Amino acid sequence: MINPAKQNTRRRAYVNAEIVAPAQGLSGRGGILIEDGWILDVGPKVTRESVGAATVTDCRGLTLIPGLIDMRVFTGEPGMEYRETLASASEAAAAGGVTTMIVMPNTQPVIDDAAIVDFILRRARDTASVRVAPMAAITKGLGGELMTEIGLLKEAGAVAITEGTRAVANANVFRRALTYAKDFDQLVVQHVEEPTLSSGVMNAGEAASRLGLSGNPAMAEVIMLERDLRLVEMTGARYHASQVSSRLSVEVMRAAKARGLPVTCGVSIHHLVLNENDIGAYRSFFKLSPPLRAEDDRRTLVEAVADGTIDVIVSGHDPHSADTKRLPFAEAAYGAIGLETMLSAALGLHHNDGVPIARLVEAMSSKPAEILRLETGRLAPGAPADFAVVDRHLSWTVEKDGLRSRAKNSPFERRTLEGRAVETVVAGETVFAYA
Amino acid sequence: MPGPENTLTHPALMTREARTPLLKRQHLLAIDDISPLEAISLLDLAERYVEVSRQTDKRQPVLQGRTQVNLFFEASTRTQSSFEIAGKRLGADVMNMAVATSSVSKGETLLDTAMTINAMQPDFLVVRHQSSGAAELLAQKVSCAVINAGDGQHEHPTQALLDALTIRRHKKGFEGLTVAICGDVLHSRVARSNIHLLNKLGARVRVVAPSTLLPSGIANFGVEVHRSMETGLRGADVVMMLRLQLERMTGAFVPSIREYYRFYSLNADTLKLAKPDAMVMHPGPMNRGIEIDSDVADGVQSVIREQVEMGVAVRMAVLDALSRNLPRGGYA
Repeated sequence: MINPAKQNTRRRAYVNAEIVAPAQGLSGRGGILIEDGWILDVGPKVTRESVGAATVTDCRGLTLIPGLIDMRVFTGEPGMEYRETLASASEAAAAGGVTTMIVMPNTQPVIDDAAIVDFILRRARDTASVRVAPMAAITKGLGGELMTEIGLLKEAGAVAITEGTRAVANANVFRRALTYAKDFDQLVVQHVEEPTLSSGVMNAGEAASRLGLSGNPAMAEVIMLERDLRLVEMTGARYHASQVSSRLSVEVMRAAKARGLPVTCGVSIHHLVLNENDIGAYRSFFKLSPPLRAEDDRRTLVEAVADGTIDVIVSGHDPHSADTKRLPFAEAAYGAIGLETMLSAALGLHHNDGVPIARLVEAMSSKPAEILRLETGRLAPGAPADFAVVDRHLSWTVEKDGLRSRAKNSPFERRTLEGRAVETVVAGETVFAYA
Repeated sequence: MPGPENTLTHPALMTREARTPLLKRQHLLAIDDISPLEAISLLDLAERYVEVSRQTDKRQPVLQGRTQVNLFFEASTRTQSSFEIAGKRLGADVMNMAVATSSVSKGETLLDTAMTINAMQPDFLVVRHQSSGAAELLAQKVSCAVINAGDGQHEHPTQALLDALTIRRHKKGFEGLTVAICGDVLHSRVARSNIHLLNKLGARVRVVAPSTLLPSGIANFGVEVHRSMETGLRGADVVMMLRLQLERMTGAFVPSIREYYRFYSLNADTLKLAKPDAMVMHPGPMNRGIEIDSDVADGVQSVIREQVEMGVAVRMAVLDALSRNLPRGGYA
C-alpha cells in the first residue's frame, strides 16, 4: 500500500455534512469518525452527539466525498525537479481534493526498475502530503521493444504498467506484455495513439486547417484502441485506455464492454470541458495529447462519463515551464497541469451539463481504486481516512500565482470556476484548508 | 529374421525375441508416431543396454557392418556424442558430418546434402536440424533409417525415451505419477516429446511457465497448465526443468534473468513444494543460477547425470530396434 506522508492519530469527527460516497451507497446528511488515520464510522449515525470526546468539525452542510484518486499525474521527479517535485505536486493535489496521485513512469531515469519504484515510494513518504503510487513502464527505457520486470515491479509497488505519453506500437511486443502481465494479474494502461498517424499537433479538421497546424485524426486513437482490444481478447489481460478523446472511441469502448472484455478507460478533465476552439490564438497550454477535439466529441465524452462507458476522470497533470511551453504552438510541449482544478472543473459538468455528482465522484475515487485495486477511494469503516470537504458553489478564480504547482501551464488561467475542495484529509491529517 | 552374423554375447540379449521387430516403422521421427507398447519395448531393451554399458567390454556387435551418419545442423555436444558412442558400442561404423565446414555452408540444400549422403549407402541417418519437420522431409527422400535427434521446436524422441527410462528406474512405473515440466515449453522440442510420451505411459503431466513461454493450445496436449511454481510443483513426483536460451530472457519473452530466477527457477525452496522424494531432471546444458540452482542440480534428488547415462542406452536400443527393420541386402 501507498505510504502516507503523515498520520494524525487523534480521534476526530466531521459532522453535519452532505456525504457523497456512491460506492458505499451513501448520500445525504451524516458524518465521519476517524482515528489513527483510519475511518471508524461513517454515515447518518455519526453526529456531534454520537462521537463522544472526539474533536468535532461542523461541515455546515458542505459536501464530504472520498479523497480523489488521480490516475494520470506527471511530475518531474526524478530528473526534472525544476518542473515539479512529488512534494510540489502533492500540494497542488491536496488543494484539489486529490488524496492519491498515480505518477507516470516518464521520468529520468524511467520507472522501469524496482529500485526506482522504491525510490518514488520513499520520496513520497518523506516529502509528499498525499499518497503516491507509481505506474511502471511496460518496456525498458520506454523503448517499446523489451518488456520490463513486470513481476518484480509489481512486488515493489507499481500499481500498473504503462508507457505514459506513448503507446506500445509494436503489436507483438504489446501482445507479449499483455500475456505476461496477465500471469501477474497486473493492469496494463495504454496511451491510445497510433504513432504513425499522430504526428499532428492538434485535432485534424477545419480548425487545424484554418490555423495552419498539422492535424492528428481521431482515427489514430480508434485504430490503436481497436488493435489493443483484439489483443486483450486474445490474452485476457486487464487493460485500461488511459485517455479517450473522441466520439468513435466511446463507441468502440461501449461495444467492447458489451462483449465482456476486461477493459476500462479514462478521460482527462480537459477533454470534458474544453474543445479545439479553445486553442484560439495558438495558446500552447491547450496543446494536449491526445488533442482537444470538436465540440461534438466533447459532448459525447460527457455523456459517456455520465452513463459509465468512460470509467474514470483524470487530470493528466503534466507540468511544463516556459522553456517547453512558451514556443510556437507546433514546437511547444504537450500537456497541461490539472491536479488543483480537476474537481472544480468536474463540478462544472454537474452544474452545466447535469452529470450526477455521485457519478463524478465515483469516476475520480472509487472507480480508479477498483481498477487499481487500492484500498483508498471509499468511505467505509476500516478504510484509510482520506476525504475532502467540498463547497460545491464556492466561486474562485484560477490565478497563476495562486496555483501550488511549480509549473503554471493551466488552461484554466483567469477562469472563474464554481466549487472546490475546502479541506482535504489524508490518513486523518488535514493536508489542505482553504483560507 | 536374424542371421548368423548377429552374435549376441550378453546373456540378457541372447533370447529368441531379441531380434524380433520392435517398431512398426522404418524411422524414429516422433514420439507421436509410436504406440505405448512400442515405447515400453524400447525401454525394456534399453534397460539391458544399461547393463551392457556398465561392463568392461561394452561391445555388442548387432550393427556389425552397418554405417551410421550423424548429420547435425545444430551444435550439440551431448546428443551427438551419445549417438556416436551408442553406434560404436553396437559395432557400427559411425561418421560425424561436420556440417559447419561442409557443402551445406556453401549453399547446398538440405535435400541435396541428404541425397548425396544417401548415395553412400548408410544404414542410419541421425539428424538434428533447426527447422521443425526436417527429419520428416529427409525420411521421405532417403532409403535408410532416419532418427530424429531434434528438429526445431517439434520433437526430440530419444530425449523423451531416456527421460522416461530414468523415471521408470526410480519410480518403477508411470501410473499416477505427476511430472512437472517447467520453463520454456514454447521453444522446447524436449517438452513436446516428453508430454507425448509421458501421457502415453500414463503419467499426469503439468507444464509450468509464464504464458509467454507456453505454446497456444497447450492445454489440448493433455497437460495441466500452471503459471506459477507454487501451484505447478505442489505434490509433483518429478520436476523436469527446461533450458532457457539466454537471448530469450532479456525482454522478448521474459523480462530478465533476475525476474525469471525470482519466479520460475528451481531452488531449494521451490523444490520443497514437490514431494520429498521428487526427482530433479534437466536435459542439459544447464544455466546454473538461472533456471536451476547448483545445490539442487547437484543435490541428492538430482538424476541429471543419470539421464546422460540412460541416453546412451536408449540410443543403443533405438539403433538396435530400427536395424531389425532394415533390409538385409543393399538399398534400391
